[in-house]
Amino acid sequence: MTYPFSAIVGQDAMKNALLMAAIDPSIGGVLIFGDRGTGKSTAVRALASLLPKMDVIEGCPYQCAPDGKKCEQCQGLTKYKTRKAAVPVVDLPLGATEDRVVGALDIEKALASGEKAFEPGLLAKANRGFLYIDEVNLLEDHLVDVLLDVAASGINVVEREGLSLSHPARFVLVGSGNPEEGELRPQLLDRFGLSVDVETPKDLPSRIEVVRRRDLYENDPESFVAKYKRKDAAVRRKVLDGRKLLPNITVPDDVLALASNICMMLGTDGLRGELTLMRAARAYAALSGAETVTDTHLKAIAPSALSHRLRRNPLDETRAVVRVERALDDFMAAA
Amino acid sequence: MMVADHTSPTDHPNEAISAIDLWDDALLAARLIAVDPTGLKGVVLKAKAGPVRDRWLSYFSSLLPEGTPLRRLPAGITDDRLYGGIDLSATLKSGKPVRLKGLLAEADQGFLVAPMAERLSLDHASRLSGALDFGEARLERDGLSAVDCASFGLIALDEGEGESFGETAESLPPALSERLAFFLSLDSFSIRDAVEYAFGAEEVAEARAMLCTVDAGEAAIETLCGLALKLGVFSIRAPVLALKAARAHAALSGRCRIAEDDIIAAVRLVLAPRATMWPAPEEDYEEESVEAEPDRSDEQRDGTNERPDSDTVGPIDDLVLEAVKVGLPPGLLAAIKAHSERARGKGERGKQGSDQFSNTHGRPLSARRGDLRAGRKLDVIATLRKAAPFQALRAREKGVDGQKPSTQGRRRLYVRPEDFQITRFKDRKETATIFAVDASGSTAIARLGEAKGAVELLLSESYARRDHVALISFRGEKADLLLSPTRSLVRAKRALAALPGGGGTPLASALSTSIGIVEDAERRGRTPTFVLLTDGSANIALDGSAGRKHAFDDALGVARQFGALGTKALIVDISKRKSAKAQEIASAMNGLYVPLPHINAEALSSAVRALA
Repeated sequence: MTYPFSAIVGQDAMKNALLMAAIDPSIGGVLIFGDRGTGKSTAVRALASLLPKMDVIEGCPYQCAPDGKKCEQCQGLTKYKTRKAAVPVVDLPLGATEDRVVGALDIEKALASGEKAFEPGLLAKANRGFLYIDEVNLLEDHLVDVLLDVAASGINVVEREGLSLSHPARFVLVGSGNPEEGELRPQLLDRFGLSVDVETPKDLPSRIEVVRRRDLYENDPESFVAKYKRKDAAVRRKVLDGRKLLPNITVPDDVLALASNICMMLGTDGLRGELTLMRAARAYAALSGAETVTDTHLKAIAPSALSHRLRRNPLDETRAVVRVERALDDFMAAA
Repeated sequence: MMVADHTSPTDHPNEAISAIDLWDDALLAARLIAVDPTGLKGVVLKAKAGPVRDRWLSYFSSLLPEGTPLRRLPAGITDDRLYGGIDLSATLKSGKPVRLKGLLAEADQGFLVAPMAERLSLDHASRLSGALDFGEARLERDGLSAVDCASFGLIALDEGEGESFGETAESLPPALSERLAFFLSLDSFSIRDAVEYAFGAEEVAEARAMLCTVDAGEAAIETLCGLALKLGVFSIRAPVLALKAARAHAALSGRCRIAEDDIIAAVRLVLAPRATMWPAPEEDYEEESVEAEPDRSDEQRDGTNERPDSDTVGPIDDLVLEAVKVGLPPGLLAAIKAHSERARGKGERGKQGSDQFSNTHGRPLSARRGDLRAGRKLDVIATLRKAAPFQALRAREKGVDGQKPSTQGRRRLYVRPEDFQITRFKDRKETATIFAVDASGSTAIARLGEAKGAVELLLSESYARRDHVALISFRGEKADLLLSPTRSLVRAKRALAALPGGGGTPLASALSTSIGIVEDAERRGRTPTFVLLTDGSANIALDGSAGRKHAFDDALGVARQFGALGTKALIVDISKRKSAKAQEIASAMNGLYVPLPHINAEALSSAVRALA
């Protein structure tokens, strides 16, 4: 029984980033960095039980959607049954090997019948869902490269052990870690769409609330989860409504201009920052139930969309989030 | 009253605390974890291997219900043993992958004992942390995929050298230790103090049964959260663990509601060892106690129900703290105070041990054909894959040879030596760059600024290369290890920013500290490079006495020891004119001497690169 999403005290930036990715997976991955014991893993696991169920084609190892792009196997089908399945939130445990991540030759079948069959890996399991890596900064580099490549292309190409195939692998990559245990390679940072800093709450009332809820949950998980059922349902509804709203959300020209100006002023490299900023602003508007993106939406999500794209200055102690906020304030005051 | 007493240990208030009382506490902690292993998660037991530790461990195991698993975690355990890997003989017999249970799963509902926990790699620590957090072990490797139940308590035996609480060159990775409820130190006991106890098992069994009925109560939660903040314990896991300790303590005492005694025990055993500060320093306290008293009673008269604000020490908290103070091991308060002084300017993260990385997990390359020789590891899965396509063919060949087809029919597996696939690892040797910066008075403040700038540049370069960086500063009487080897730029910057200047030049002490760090890096399989920034004018000897002649001889002696290590060293002379002394030190160290009258970050950086 997982801890309910709506019972997490505070940490709005983290919760919003995850929900925005649930509304619009094309935002790219979410990176959660911060202190120990801030419930990073708890939040991701909670998300799994919160998300609305989706339609999948029965028997498909990649959870193909009946109304979306299908895998080779499903494309050949003329008749199929569908079923409701939970959105996969797949854990990539430390020590996972490449064969289990990308998939490999099914040895059992190969040995028993000499059949050359593909045994799908975690990337297949995560299709249409989330792939979560705790301590992403400790993951071996070659695995991170594979993951980022697949996450960007949405297709897992397998060329190994005489197998040659590809299958859909569209997922939101969620990585978490603690910067005190070593940082992520700088070149990987901006491959994530959103990045949020989480901190241990410093004020006494929220700390008391965290400890109290944790205690209640661990003593009697069933009734604790039951207590937050309605609140979780409300969050689920927000995600569903947001998804419906998303295609129709308009972005006024002045907001677009503001977004490019902010990126220019902060000197974020490339178009990726601007693109993510706009996507995130739309997803945030959708999450808040608004039909038009406003300056306020932009301002609310700019730190998570841009802070990890700033060029690093080792002599500057200021946290990147603060730098983004400062730039925004300056800009808004000038405008 | 505490602070004034630190000057002379003899009249320390905790002198009243006998070794027997502290031993009692250690045993109490044993009982508490036995009552709630999965809640309290375990203990860091700082103790050398010896009779005292054995006695504690045997007492602990006597408390556990019959059949409780108590498994030992061997150092350097491989992932396939930790999570469960292929059972070779069963797999070959049945022709399909058969799995052995992993150690984490075997410890389920029991305990895992980790000897030499201070040597645990960060990779291992993270795997243990993951299992501790969610009570399960997830396996995704070598063609196997499984989730096992793995709820266990961890007994981490820290055998590291040094002070009793943290700040040793080697210590348990903080990501793991902060998840465990208790930090016990048995090093100061003699076997005479460690009285043997035989009772407790029944108490524990009864307490286990009633544990879930114990009511925490709002007041207990508020008090523990408030005290955690006041003691400078910021991780939210600490009050959660303290609450569990209080609950287990109540259950042990047969109470169904947490009482003050339970809170005192929880604060003493869980929060105090994590404290980074102690509220109301004595000097202020004396002055305040007269004037502040009326204020406080006013508050009480007002009868406000407000929760105690984090800045004021509420009356209940005061009582608890006083009671806790009496039971603390001698030296802990002093350590906390010293730490809080050191931590000033370092930010408020509080106690952080050293980060540890290992290079034992080089990038596994694809398996390659080879023969089995000692030291080589057969990649079972790859071997089976290799053999798979030929099974039908080989079965037929056997038949042609005139042998009877096996009675097990096609279950029989034909693996030939040419199928053997050997696991190969690409050994990525990690490097560690150790900086020792002369921050003494002879290095003028302006030069210190330049040095800092240069070191910062080097730091960011090593960061990009993912090197480990350590920082030692020396001034006044001795050298300080400001930063043990880390890859965290955040921590390195913080340590550097807080670096003060002025005072004597204890060069010998700096070099001897550096030798320790260099050796430690080598033990971990890293290649150390040493960079010393100094003007060479040592004036503090190893024993702390002042005097140029003696100090320089000491420094030269230690420099020769350093030279014997064969470690690459760069000596950057930062005096205005070339210093003969610095040159002499450099040649004793077998190092490269670079005079840099104007520290230029670029020049320094290229010198270091040339060295590596």
